[in-house]
Amino acid sequence: MSSLSATIQDVFNEPGCGKNANKSEAERKKGCTKQLQPGGAAGGCAFDGAKIALQPFTDVAHLVHGPIACEGNSWDNRGAASSGSDLWRRSFTTDINETDIVFGGEKRLYKAIREIIEKYDPPAIFVYQTCVPAMIGDDINAVCKAAATKFGKPVIPVNSPGFVGPKNLGNKLAGEALLEHVIGTQEPDYTTPYDINIIGEYNLSGEFWQVKPLLDELGIRILSCISGDGKYRELAYSHRAKAAMMVCSKAMINVARKMEERYGIPFFEGSFYGIQDSSDSLREIARMLIERGAPAELMDRTEAVIAREEAKAWAAIERFKPSFKDKKVLLITGGVKSWSVVAALQEAGLEIVGTSVKKSTKEDKERIKELMGQDAHMIEDMTPREMYKMLKDAKADIMLSGGKSQFVALKAAMPWLDINQERSHAYMGYIGMVELMEEIDKALYNPMWEQLRKPTPWDAGSVNWQAKAMAQMDAQAAEIAADPALAEATRRAKKICFCKAVDLGTIEDAIAAHGLTTVDGIKERTSASGGCGACKGRVEDILAAQPVPVVLQAAE
Amino acid sequence: MAIVTTSKKACSVNPLKMSQPIGGSFAFMGLRGAMPLLHGSQGCTSFGLTLFVRHFKEAVPMQTTAMSEVATVLGGYENVEQAILNIYNRTKPEIIGINSTGVTETKGDDVDGFIRLIRQRHPQLEKFPLVYVSTPDFKDAFQDGWEKTVARLVEELVDPVDAAAPRDAARVNVLPGCHLTPGDLDELRTILEDFGLRPSFLPDLAGSLDGHIPDEFTPTTIGGIGVDEIATMGQAAWTIAIGAQMRRAAEAMQAKAGTPFRLFERLCGLGPNDEFIAFLSEISGRPVPLKYRRQRGQLADAMLDSHFHIGGRKLAIGAEPDLLFDLSSMLHEMGAQVTVAVTTTASPVLERIKTQEVLIGDLEDLEDLAKARDCDLLITHSHGRQAASRLKIPFYRAGFPMFDRLGAGHLLSVGYRGTRDLVFDLANLIITDRENNHQPTPDTWRSTDAGLPVVPPQLH
Ligand code: SF4
Repeated sequence: MSSLSATIQDVFNEPGCGKNANKSEAERKKGCTKQLQPGGAAGGCAFDGAKIALQPFTDVAHLVHGPIACEGNSWDNRGAASSGSDLWRRSFTTDINETDIVFGGEKRLYKAIREIIEKYDPPAIFVYQTCVPAMIGDDINAVCKAAATKFGKPVIPVNSPGFVGPKNLGNKLAGEALLEHVIGTQEPDYTTPYDINIIGEYNLSGEFWQVKPLLDELGIRILSCISGDGKYRELAYSHRAKAAMMVCSKAMINVARKMEERYGIPFFEGSFYGIQDSSDSLREIARMLIERGAPAELMDRTEAVIAREEAKAWAAIERFKPSFKDKKVLLITGGVKSWSVVAALQEAGLEIVGTSVKKSTKEDKERIKELMGQDAHMIEDMTPREMYKMLKDAKADIMLSGGKSQFVALKAAMPWLDINQERSHAYMGYIGMVELMEEIDKALYNPMWEQLRKPTPWDAGSVNWQAKAMAQMDAQAAEIAADPALAEATRRAKKICFCKAVDLGTIEDAIAAHGLTTVDGIKERTSASGGCGACKGRVEDILAAQPVPVVLQAAE
Repeated sequence: MAIVTTSKKACSVNPLKMSQPIGGSFAFMGLRGAMPLLHGSQGCTSFGLTLFVRHFKEAVPMQTTAMSEVATVLGGYENVEQAILNIYNRTKPEIIGINSTGVTETKGDDVDGFIRLIRQRHPQLEKFPLVYVSTPDFKDAFQDGWEKTVARLVEELVDPVDAAAPRDAARVNVLPGCHLTPGDLDELRTILEDFGLRPSFLPDLAGSLDGHIPDEFTPTTIGGIGVDEIATMGQAAWTIAIGAQMRRAAEAMQAKAGTPFRLFERLCGLGPNDEFIAFLSEISGRPVPLKYRRQRGQLADAMLDSHFHIGGRKLAIGAEPDLLFDLSSMLHEMGAQVTVAVTTTASPVLERIKTQEVLIGDLEDLEDLAKARDCDLLITHSHGRQAASRLKIPFYRAGFPMFDRLGAGHLLSVGYRGTRDLVFDLANLIITDRENNHQPTPDTWRSTDAGLPVVPPQLH
């Protein structure tokens, strides 16, 4: 087994991963390599994920080994902020050509490393492997090792060719590279009982700086932030922290957990989105530090800061309540954000008509139910058309989502706000929540909407785009309702397992044909739930909905 | 006459270049009901998609054959087949345009063979337009991908025409290079129609990516030229190709249907537009409409007013060959010195750029040379913004991608009107920079230590 596949295997075995917790031993070994559907998928690749995770290390040169596609098409596309070096914003790539494909790209890679050191002299270079050099067998580990020895500088291989899997896997592979080559290789000048690591925070739009002043005020030192506004040296000595907070996304859970295992640094998962969550996180940081030797008075000071900040934030949010009264939000995001933002919006008095849970874990969903009640409207996966219908039917007033679905809302002349990676506003901490409310308020009450929704005056009796779209969908619905065969076909065509592209009909047929009663049985016959495991609940629901198999019972 | 050199660096820093397959997909986007499909791993498509969305601020259709590591090693027949079937069944396109990537070219997938087999196995696809173009990432650049794809579209989709059959005198084909914006195409369409001509644009990005609210939801492109219209392009009296990159497609059209063509290497500037308008007048048999006589006068006046500011400026420009040739020629004709020229890929126009040297390189080269040669205006795509701010010189965004400003699709540089607006924009940029950064101070004319007078910066 090559070292890369060993690393991937290891990452799949990650016990800290919520999805893995739902899987059997054998299952887990198979990993999350979702068989993506050709012609039906377009997420980022593992290389993308690795670069997203590491690029916010600001003083490092990030060198992408591959043809121009991987870096040339993608660089300079994320807005992490730096308080110092801007080296991370420069793009470095070997841009390999046909000759390299034939003779191997290792020499070029080595020369590229030398050029970067001569010109930019960074404290370290991260070298990213991509698909084509991986296919032709370029050994970036060996090149990095040779270069590091020769130039006396850390040259870190990040083994994450795109085709090994999706973005999320790339995040973890990046974490593995840090664990293997960087963390623990240097010592800090001094340590304090107040040293923490922040893991999985990228400082997009500089939003972590909305929280940092509070930590500064409490005397809590961020020994290393992995990776937002991070520096190589801080990363290298991050193993001396007393505790760690893993922010939101599970992207780097392996880093947090292995640092606990190797260096005894306890961690917790927290979020700085939403007032309650911010307070909880501050409290938890203080508690953990005290447990590891910080003076107990830290908690009193923390409580005082929390009380002060909460009071300020509530007062600021109060003024939006009148304009948010009876306003409804449709939330299309993923993972942990599906609940952390729910909490925040409810704090401001907005009603949430639906939230997407496509990438959420079981626990995430539990939290949503806690917040929104048992019949919370959770959306698994939607086509743009369905999203639009949802906007209309639920009579939502605004949609919050990532950039990819923005046009559904905008073209329908519905207010929309970006709450994913590409956003340009910072929404963290107490200040960030107020900022989010301000943005929602601005979007909701922009006088533009009214103008855009009016039909063109000179086209007498003309209908606008929204009306046409609705008519189209109504016509379809009517067609389905009028034709029982079509209705049944539509019902059966409902996708249950997205990874393996299995629909309801296939599962029902399998149940009927083989008298299946367990999720595992269904998986065996149809491979449904054999991917990321997120549809397990749906499969269980189908099983529960089956009539009791009388014949089989009798046969038993 | 310029000498063309290639950068010798092993490490490309701040790439100017983008990959060939997404240039190909871009061309497919100018077709109605099209789904561009990249045969490669999913990341390649996702990066391209993001790039287009950031540039146009529009939903963009693009799909992937989602090659996994295993599929890559074993070969991608199944992935291509599945992808085509999925797209065909689910999004009901009118055409699927397939480009290969570095991943699948390294393995050496025979996609033409795949397509033959797929058509055999699935009779419903027998006549369905599936156009495949080989576009490895490790060769050539964005513009080449466009060039090859348009040529291929002509070869595959245009019906042959009987040489003796009468041609439709009012019909013209327009083959625009990838350096033209949807706004440029709209302008050209208006000009052609004002001469009573009926143009078919291949590809027609103005129909699909000009930023409008569509009438219905569709997962494919929402406008552009239809496959049916392409089939009949051979009947046109003329083909007008714009940009040297379109020669290949124009020749393909000629070979297929005997359509004569005229290549306009550039359409920005007074001279090129005079030629263009004269040509249209000739082929349409109509006098030049009053509107264009007026516009010509306006451009002439704009050039007079602007030359004080643009003349003598030392210009650093980084762009794909045809755009580089177009803009640098126009600015040279306005008295600017093209001091630094960097491009992405080889082209016959490069040697004719009015500068000493054209470098096939990256934005680091552009920045270093602009610094060494003391340039005072930088023109390139949005990725040049960091270089411009380090150099502290005004920055004009041109080309693709333009992700940090709005309205990229509507920028105009063709025709008298387009050139006029562009000339004003550039002159105003220079004026603003002088007002903000180069006001004389009491120290401006003091001598330096070496005893030389310091030249005030605005007189450089
Ligand atoms: S999938 Fe592979 S080739 Fe494509 S962008 Fe990702 S790393 Fe590069």
